[in-house]
Amino acid sequence: MKLLLLAIIVAATAAGEVLAAMGMRRHGEIRDFRPGALRRAASVLTRNRFVIGYVAAMAVSFFAFMRLLTISNLSYAVPVTAVTYALETVMAKYVLKEHVNWLRWAGAALVICGVALVSL
Amino acid sequence: MSSETARLRAKTWTCATVVVLSNVLGNFFLKRGMPADLPTPLAYIAALFQPWAALGVVLLITWMLSRMTLLSWADLSYVLPVTSIGYVLVALEGKLFLHEEISLKRWAGIVLIMAGVALVGSATAVQTARRGEEPAR
Repeated sequence: MKLLLLAIIVAATAAGEVLAAMGMRRHGEIRDFRPGALRRAASVLTRNRFVIGYVAAMAVSFFAFMRLLTISNLSYAVPVTAVTYALETVMAKYVLKEHVNWLRWAGAALVICGVALVSL
Repeated sequence: MSSETARLRAKTWTCATVVVLSNVLGNFFLKRGMPADLPTPLAYIAALFQPWAALGVVLLITWMLSRMTLLSWADLSYVLPVTSIGYVLVALEGKLFLHEEISLKRWAGIVLIMAGVALVGSATAVQTARRGEEPAR
């Protein structure tokens, strides 16, 4: 049960975060943090299909995570979900076309090893 | 470092702090407000209206919005490791407030995660690929 929930969380989170990055990149950098400007940005983003996909994917991830929390410790449940790092870093390079240099790969690898140690 | 790079880095670290704290505190309050068992789908919805869980949900919505804001200028492959410092805080929080055990192996994992955060956060550019813009390095 734990592994199934973990698989759902990883797949939904990775897909959601890539969709969020695509949607927010399309929207452009948020520079104005005054309430009125943020409301306008939120209004525009509710019509952004990538952002809608992100919210849907994160809702799936959230309810699976809630279920995971009922059957495991917080210090197990949260770190193991970082398995998404490997998948998302690969997707950042090949889907989002980011320049993932060796420092970023090394950083991601350290985080993944850390997560493995924390979860074993 | 150009002024544009410095501006982006300062803005990124400010927003990343909000992302990390809202996530860590949101998960903590959600766990605190969560009942021992959720037998039906309705129980999931009802659980969200428990005061501590509701506070957790509000913080997790803040996390989601601040993370989206951060992704409007920063690379996903930068945001991922930098915000992973939250895992360290979650482990410490679990130990301090929920009395969960942290073994030596988990502490080693925490050190590796922090090394990854430091490497990416301090040695790579915030953004490398934006349509129609030059990389900010």
